[in-house]
Amino acid sequence: MDDKSKIEIRDLNVFAGKTQILKNINIDIPKNKITVILGPSGCGKTTLLKCLNRLTDLYPELKVSGQIMIDGNNILAAKEDIYKLRQQMGLLSQRPYPLPMTIYNNISYALKLRGIKNRRETHKLVMHYLEQANLWDEIKNRLREPASRLSIGQQQRLCLARGLAVNPEIILADEPTSALDPISSQFIEETFVRLKTDYTIVLVTHVLRQAKRIADNVVFMYLGDVIEQGSAEEVFGNPKMEKTRFYLSGTFN
Amino acid sequence: MTRGQKIEEKFFKALMILATYFILAILAIIIYSIFEKGLRSISWEMLTQVPQGGYYYGKGGGILNAILGSLALAAGATLLAFIIGLPVALYINVFLIRHKKVINVIRFLLDLVWGIPSIVYGAFGFSLMIFFGLQTSLLAGILTVTLFVLPIMIRSMDEILRTVPIGLQEAAYSLGSNKSEIAFKVFTRQSISGIITAVLLSFGRAIGDAAAVLFTAGYTDHMPNGLLEPVATLPLSIFFQLSSPVPEVQNRAYASALVLTLIILIVSLFSRGLGKRYHKTKINF
Repeated sequence: MDDKSKIEIRDLNVFAGKTQILKNINIDIPKNKITVILGPSGCGKTTLLKCLNRLTDLYPELKVSGQIMIDGNNILAAKEDIYKLRQQMGLLSQRPYPLPMTIYNNISYALKLRGIKNRRETHKLVMHYLEQANLWDEIKNRLREPASRLSIGQQQRLCLARGLAVNPEIILADEPTSALDPISSQFIEETFVRLKTDYTIVLVTHVLRQAKRIADNVVFMYLGDVIEQGSAEEVFGNPKMEKTRFYLSGTFN
Repeated sequence: MTRGQKIEEKFFKALMILATYFILAILAIIIYSIFEKGLRSISWEMLTQVPQGGYYYGKGGGILNAILGSLALAAGATLLAFIIGLPVALYINVFLIRHKKVINVIRFLLDLVWGIPSIVYGAFGFSLMIFFGLQTSLLAGILTVTLFVLPIMIRSMDEILRTVPIGLQEAAYSLGSNKSEIAFKVFTRQSISGIITAVLLSFGRAIGDAAAVLFTAGYTDHMPNGLLEPVATLPLSIFFQLSSPVPEVQNRAYASALVLTLIILIVSLFSRGLGKRYHKTKINF
């Protein structure tokens, strides 16, 4: 066990009824690195990500067993304070979901959940997080507009800023650029690379090129199994498993 | 397209057009006859006075008692149904999310009671009144109509709330929101225009129903005079005027129907305006 691991997943199994979505998953996710979970559609990447902040609780049909240790605490244990736990992680989903309020309030709401109510401090932090997400300059005059008026790319960066505003240690991203144009995607990727000095980033993607551009660490999944995991150089440069080689060469996707 | 497909397409298109315009024409005829007959006998006197002695045989007076009575009754019942209904709809959609079977049972029961005719609610309200020793009154009417519109209110709000995307819920949960915050900050805000529609729908049903108020709110020629006094309502007023043998009074019934229609129209336009205003803050999908 690497002492720099932020998240350790042990014997994780997820069933949806009789179908097994995740099969005995064991993964170590290193601190302050970008870990990319790679694999074809339907391999369980998204479910794995949802286990990490227990959004699986929202789906009654999912049965989760095993251990997910974050800084040594098993978050799947029932007694954990689920709301506090989720604040350790910022989530970026496939499509941006701004809350039905103004741009400003999308961030200030997150700050409020974190316990920051002082107006001056809120102002300062809203600006800070919008800058972090590369959005401030574009929208600084539109803060009182409904967030829904932003373009999809801007909405996604707003969601990133909102995710950062709860002051997480981990960023979970589920194909965050799949609905975005190339420039917005590039913004998000650059932001991730910049943010990894402060955050542990787990990125789910099926875009191989994206993985190659920004991954430090790669987990390759196929049909609910982890086929191979390791540093990006290892997995991309010298894949050990046949399935990984097939996938990397584009034989299936 | 083959010839067969073309004929099929034409046939079904014609069928849809026919059905649509047929039903629109019927509605237009109803509205036309209300306006045509109603406008003839509507007068300032009718809107501003209560029935005088012999009103139902052609003497002077108006239906102000019924207008105000209906407004008070429908507003009271809608407000009460909203106060009870919104928490129920939120509870179903936010707190019961892991209990699909319970949700299904609740929805089934609500749909069932939605279909019960209002006269049965009236009879139920009446038997309750006897049990508690109440007489016909505005309060009894409001309580009965509240029961009658509750299923409508809850299920219409429920249908709107269940369209809140799971991704939006996940986004809010991932920030560490608890369930009551999700209920009020996300579900209610996101669905505000639909909630207004549900309120309007319930108001329309509440103000238009005669059977539920027949035994419970009673009827009177006097102005509404407090919660514990009987109160006149427009549907019953229409009924009594239509039952009169005097043609002039029957025409007044149409004038009363016109008033009822206009009230619903105004409320509808007003809530639409409100809905649009709030709609702007919604997510644009």
